[in-house]
Amino acid sequence: MSAKGFTNPIVKWIDYRLPVFSYLHHELHEYPTPKNLNYWWNFGSLAGIFLVIQIVSGIVLAMHYTPHTLMAFDSTEHIMRDVNYGWLIRYIHSNGASMFFLVVYIHLFRGLYFGSFKAPRELLWMIGVVIVILMMATAFMGYVLPWGQMSFWGATVITNLFSAIPVIGDPIVTWLWGGFTVDNPTLNRFFSLHYLLPFVILGIVVVHVLALHQHGSNNPIGIDIKGPQDSIPFHPYYTIKDIFGLMVFMLFFAYWVFFNPNYLGHPDNYIPANPLVTPAHIVPEWYLLPFYAILRAVPSKLGGVVLMFAALIVLFLLPWLDTSKVRSARFRPIYRQFFWLIVIDCIVLGWIGANPPEGIYIVIGRIATTYYFVHFLIIMPLVGKLERPLPLPTSISESVMKKKPGLAAAE
Amino acid sequence: MADAKATSGHRSGGHAGGETRRDFLVVAANAFVGVGAAAAIWPFIHQMNPSADVLALSSTEVDISSVQAGQSITVLWRGKPVFVRHRTQAEIDAAAKDDAVSLPDPEKDAKRVKKPEWLITEGVCTHLGCVPLANKGEYNGWFCPCHGSHYDVSGRIRKGPAPKNLTIPPYAFVSDTVIRIG
Repeated sequence: MSAKGFTNPIVKWIDYRLPVFSYLHHELHEYPTPKNLNYWWNFGSLAGIFLVIQIVSGIVLAMHYTPHTLMAFDSTEHIMRDVNYGWLIRYIHSNGASMFFLVVYIHLFRGLYFGSFKAPRELLWMIGVVIVILMMATAFMGYVLPWGQMSFWGATVITNLFSAIPVIGDPIVTWLWGGFTVDNPTLNRFFSLHYLLPFVILGIVVVHVLALHQHGSNNPIGIDIKGPQDSIPFHPYYTIKDIFGLMVFMLFFAYWVFFNPNYLGHPDNYIPANPLVTPAHIVPEWYLLPFYAILRAVPSKLGGVVLMFAALIVLFLLPWLDTSKVRSARFRPIYRQFFWLIVIDCIVLGWIGANPPEGIYIVIGRIATTYYFVHFLIIMPLVGKLERPLPLPTSISESVMKKKPGLAAAE
Repeated sequence: MADAKATSGHRSGGHAGGETRRDFLVVAANAFVGVGAAAAIWPFIHQMNPSADVLALSSTEVDISSVQAGQSITVLWRGKPVFVRHRTQAEIDAAAKDDAVSLPDPEKDAKRVKKPEWLITEGVCTHLGCVPLANKGEYNGWFCPCHGSHYDVSGRIRKGPAPKNLTIPPYAFVSDTVIRIG
């Protein structure tokens, strides 16, 4: 697409010098997209939208918030009670974080089910894992800012993870804190980084989209586009589908913001931070619970920390751990069952992470942690080798068109 | 070394096969850039370490005259809690008796105190930094509610994920009733 397609003289003038309109037209309008994408493919653009929601609401909150141990809690309450619509913006931001993770986790499991991480999309997948890790760091630091009890003790526990590193662990923790405990210097730097990291994420999202557009979206049957009959232009077909999905998801989001804004948080965080009293149960936000469960599954400090980070690192290796040539689990009867097992396993880990580490919870946590690693390191490579996949359709177009007459007959 | 290289470079006329003066200059220049870059980055790393005012707050004096036997108080030192426990004779005996059992982080009780009736430890669980609760747990010392570590009346780890005994901060008896921590 060259500047010739545009009729507006100003657009033509600009595009000749800076082909931004050609670029946008190419990537968002005519961009050929598989014609069979289902609603699971909505969650990528949804994630992008939530990143923007978080950045916009966060910038506004930063206008009213004070990152100081003596004022942070009060300024948060000031936002909630005094600032015009402050309550709304803060609830959007805190619940938006949960929605962002929910959307990204669905996006991630979508990729896992339909094999979107396989060649030639390995880098695309790995960049995505980097984004998830950065999101976790950002969310953790954001949770510290209101300076409630959970903020303080969450920060203490998580920064102390680094003290498990032999020899240099303690100096690293002191360096992270800027003191001998979590205190004002810690709060200050977390605020600074919490403001910075979303923009880093935004930059990496751009790289993620660039990598995506190199080979285009994967699709539910996981075979490549073989000709023009297999694809449709992104606009208007997928823009409208994405917008429809967005509106439905916004209803869900609005439920949390307006009717249940504190359900996903923890009441202890409405108690100002007290360095002398640890709350009876320290739990992170729901989206970090599975990793917290893995941390606590091991009766060794270093072992737990190593395993928790390994749970994320292993995701980088998936493109090579999955040995199957077939992408979509639709044609992989065995893998499909194991996929649902790992989904259940992650939910179980989340449930264990929310419970105190005692009695039966320890046993279940250890089994679920073991299964998590067994799934990725043993089951995935083996199933790819042993399983006999179902026959693949010859083209995307064929698989779509075959359904049509059936549907017509049913009507 | 430098001279040798330069001379050999001169002899070979800067041609193929050997090291030349130019190679030496490139290596030396790169090394200087590396050292310069490290020197420039260091302030940006070190600024995150404790600042002078934080370091200046690192000692606290505590009057312990009102702490009765069996009681334990918590004081703040460098922003973190420190337990000052006035142990009863029974507790001292129990701690000494447990010197003999197998401990995750073996240490004699006598090594952990200056006066047997006063046990002074940091109130920071050595697992992930929570504040343990006094007179709780299976060994009647401290119990950490976060991840379930049990400490005995000498502040030694007995059970749970914590790897080490409660840390003994540097302290001194200024008089019989006043201690200085730090």
